[in-house]
Amino acid sequence: MAPSKTNSAIENESIDPNELKAELVAKYPTKVGRKRAKQIVVNKVGECGEVPEIGANARTIPGIITQRGCSYAGCKGVVLGPTRDIVNLTHGPIGCGFYSWLTRRNQTRPDGPEDANFMTYCFSTDLQDEDIVFGGEKKLRQAIREIYENFKPKAIGIFSTCPVGLIGDDVHAVAREMKEELGINIFGFSCEGYKGVSQSAGHHIANNGLFTHVVGLDDTVREGKFKINLLGEYNIGGDAFELERIFDEAGITLVATFSGNSSYDQFANSHTADLNTIMCHRSINYVAEMMEKKFGIPWIKVNFIGAGSTAKSLRKIANYFEDEELIERVEKLIGEEMVEVEKVRLEIKSRCEGKLAMLFVGGSRAHHYQDLFSEIGMKTVAAGYEFAHRDDYEGRGVLPDIKIDADSRNIEELEVEADPERYSPRKSEEALERLEAKGFRFKDYDGMMPEMESGTMIIDDISQYETEKMIEVYKPDIFCAGIKEKFAIQKKGIPMKQLHSYDSGGPYAGFKGAINFWREIDRMVNSKVWGYMKAPWQKAPELTATYAWE
Amino acid sequence: MKMKRVDYVSTTNACKLCKPLGACLAFRGIEGAAPMLHGSQGCATYMRRYIISHFREPMDIASSSLGEKHAVYGGGQNLKQGLKNVMNKFGAGLIGVATTCLTETIGDDVPMIIREFRKEMEEAGGGVKPPPLVYVSTPSYSGTHMEGFHAAVRAVADQLCTDNCLCADPERKFVNLLPGFLSPADLRHLKEIVDDFGLGCVMLPDISDTLDGPALEDYEKIPAGGTPISEIRRMGSGGATFEFGHTLEGSLTAGMILRERFGVTLHQLGIPIGLRETEAFFKRLEQVSGIPTPEKHELEKGRLVDSYVDAHKYLFGKRAVVYGEEDLVIALTAFLVEIGIKPVLCASGGRSGRLASCIKRVTDGFSETAQVVEEGADFYKIEELCEGLAPDLLVGHSKGYRLSKKLGVPLVRVGFPIHDRFGAQRTLHAGYRGTQMLLDRIVNAVLEKAQEDSPIGYGYL
Repeated sequence: MAPSKTNSAIENESIDPNELKAELVAKYPTKVGRKRAKQIVVNKVGECGEVPEIGANARTIPGIITQRGCSYAGCKGVVLGPTRDIVNLTHGPIGCGFYSWLTRRNQTRPDGPEDANFMTYCFSTDLQDEDIVFGGEKKLRQAIREIYENFKPKAIGIFSTCPVGLIGDDVHAVAREMKEELGINIFGFSCEGYKGVSQSAGHHIANNGLFTHVVGLDDTVREGKFKINLLGEYNIGGDAFELERIFDEAGITLVATFSGNSSYDQFANSHTADLNTIMCHRSINYVAEMMEKKFGIPWIKVNFIGAGSTAKSLRKIANYFEDEELIERVEKLIGEEMVEVEKVRLEIKSRCEGKLAMLFVGGSRAHHYQDLFSEIGMKTVAAGYEFAHRDDYEGRGVLPDIKIDADSRNIEELEVEADPERYSPRKSEEALERLEAKGFRFKDYDGMMPEMESGTMIIDDISQYETEKMIEVYKPDIFCAGIKEKFAIQKKGIPMKQLHSYDSGGPYAGFKGAINFWREIDRMVNSKVWGYMKAPWQKAPELTATYAWE
Repeated sequence: MKMKRVDYVSTTNACKLCKPLGACLAFRGIEGAAPMLHGSQGCATYMRRYIISHFREPMDIASSSLGEKHAVYGGGQNLKQGLKNVMNKFGAGLIGVATTCLTETIGDDVPMIIREFRKEMEEAGGGVKPPPLVYVSTPSYSGTHMEGFHAAVRAVADQLCTDNCLCADPERKFVNLLPGFLSPADLRHLKEIVDDFGLGCVMLPDISDTLDGPALEDYEKIPAGGTPISEIRRMGSGGATFEFGHTLEGSLTAGMILRERFGVTLHQLGIPIGLRETEAFFKRLEQVSGIPTPEKHELEKGRLVDSYVDAHKYLFGKRAVVYGEEDLVIALTAFLVEIGIKPVLCASGGRSGRLASCIKRVTDGFSETAQVVEEGADFYKIEELCEGLAPDLLVGHSKGYRLSKKLGVPLVRVGFPIHDRFGAQRTLHAGYRGTQMLLDRIVNAVLEKAQEDSPIGYGYL
């Protein structure tokens, strides 16, 4: 049976995205509307992949119900959260620590039963009135001592919440002092929630801290011919385990992952790898940049979301090492894996082809997951990031043009120089030229927009009102975002997939992950359960023209 | 009682949430209300995701999204802009503004900002009148989510129940019910009970629909349900106020405000879980309504007593650890001693200073009183205290799962948050009926454990 076009796909051909944008913006007060107009873009891809400019990484408008979190969430929750053996101590009132207590569904696998795993713990100084008045440093010192006494961790990270910066506690001084006293590595992060415009600021602060205090502490060179780091992979739902399996079978040695299924020792040793591969460009490109400057490790962009993308990324790694044996081994692995992948893909494609998806999530997922959808014939009609910057939308080519605003200026940029002893370029000039001549690209991220069709809608930091409107106009077959959006969207009768914490599913990375994801999407978009809930326009088509608040 | 061991300064695996979260929950129980946090946007995001994963319902909390600049110069402009956007986009019938540690630390004068906002809106003309704006101070560094919850309820009563002339209702045919933080199923049942006594009921707040709504043909930006604002305004003319929570006694609560301002008789009771605490509630209802307990409830009570007897052989002498919000812990403890379970440890992250005395009171006359009572506890402390107490089961929310796994004993999930089981919003604990369901769950947990521990597959216990 030939795949039939779904109703929604037929209808949406008549949608004029420019008109829709005008309508979305018109609902706001003039000043707000002007700001949103920059962040809502109708995509137009030129012959050389050039795309329109989008407003991104700008302060959220108060009161519009954003998806975004804060700097603390990005630093403690996202980047450091998935590391099992660093004690993450929240310095602040209890809420922040409680809410970031393993809520991202990061998984980890300690090497043995004796190895530390603090991921199920939530440490806090639980600041009280008197600490706000008299300062919390004394309490912080004592909390660190107690943690050392009770858990003997290798390292402790201190994460500042809003009041800490305001009352003037110096977490860095306390960290230095306690490091000396206890003889373990202790470092602080000034990731107060009000810093920056979103969790993105926290990622940057976390990266700076890790690079300054941990990376490069252990020079032991591990065995392995092809040593890489994987950056910006956070092991949601077991993604890292599937990728570790693939690397293992391909004969690639994973020195460190930042930070899915990671440990302190991996970070300390990560500068011994010969290649940095980046998954989530937004959250971690800083570390790759700094490691290249200091240690001479080149970086490339990879994407292990999508079977085709996984194969492509593996080939890219193999080509970098220019080793015939590795190239052959990778090809063999891809060939074997693709048998099952193709079988499932074609079966599911027959049921999902032509259906529409929307993705509003993260700083890379809204881009990467489009590959998984397109592999089963589903089209992404609209997408946007929660906290990404212009380069994640338009590609790194725009980096020189990005204006630095006050919020970004407040986040420290580290001055990094080549390490006098340990800097060693992994590739000679000649090798680099040879690779580039063959079309190999380093530091290559083209962003999301060039890979999306012209006429699709790109919305940065989507508001709840815009979400509702987009759903009503496009009637997508699936909407991907986070748990905050999940139930509101499902109440509208639209299947909703969580791409932050994967609902209860995963892994979705790599070959087996792709199969998992497709099966789930198939079940979601074709489930009969939605038949019990009709979307408003299915019951009363006139609703497409009028809205309750008009 | 046992001697305390080390008193830790740090908190490891907290057994409480922060104050503004409770305020947002309470505001969500008012019809047409939009909760709004004045602070950094992360607070709203974190609390939304936590509340949503418990109730599996949408939960919007607006934020004034302060940045570094506002932390220095004040967040008034952001709050005003946020209020305007919430009004325009949501058509909110009430906006409940709660502060956070950020705005409390910088000392933003929220009542003044709100007054200014009202004035500016009036001066701007255009006939746009802001909805009622209720303000509550909820610095997260002082108290738990329950203090935030009660503070918000008090703020609503204080700021909306102001009109004396509304008290001219000689009939006083309805009662005010201030239930505290119970499940939507509990709230529905409580309304049913009051209704069965022929009384009208203004329940504040009422999250029974707003956080447990049906599938809808038309999605509503602000879910239907919640206490109507017009009803809140006439609470001063209620025949009586029932306020649940023993730890509230003596503090300035919404119930106290209604009594002081309008002379509404205040009945402060425990959460009606267990036979005696439920009976106390029914007795007061009989007094207020002048009619005896309807047969339906007498029968439910009779069945409950019957099942206490039936369950006794399974439960007698079992040892339980109870943790969570203070008033919930008190209610659960009162119930556990009735069914022959010894509450070896009663713990809460809260610090009302009243937990031990309230537990002593509700277990009075029972030989199996609480062995250890710990305020300001975290799970690290609870785990330490468990040593030597040999509990057979835990009763509390999902955060005790790690301990339950470590001790190898079942966890009966009660309270907030529950995000590792399905149906928290539909779980009934209150009244005779709720107690019955809780009893069944406890007995079954004990039976399941016994069955699983046996190497033989006994199917008859």
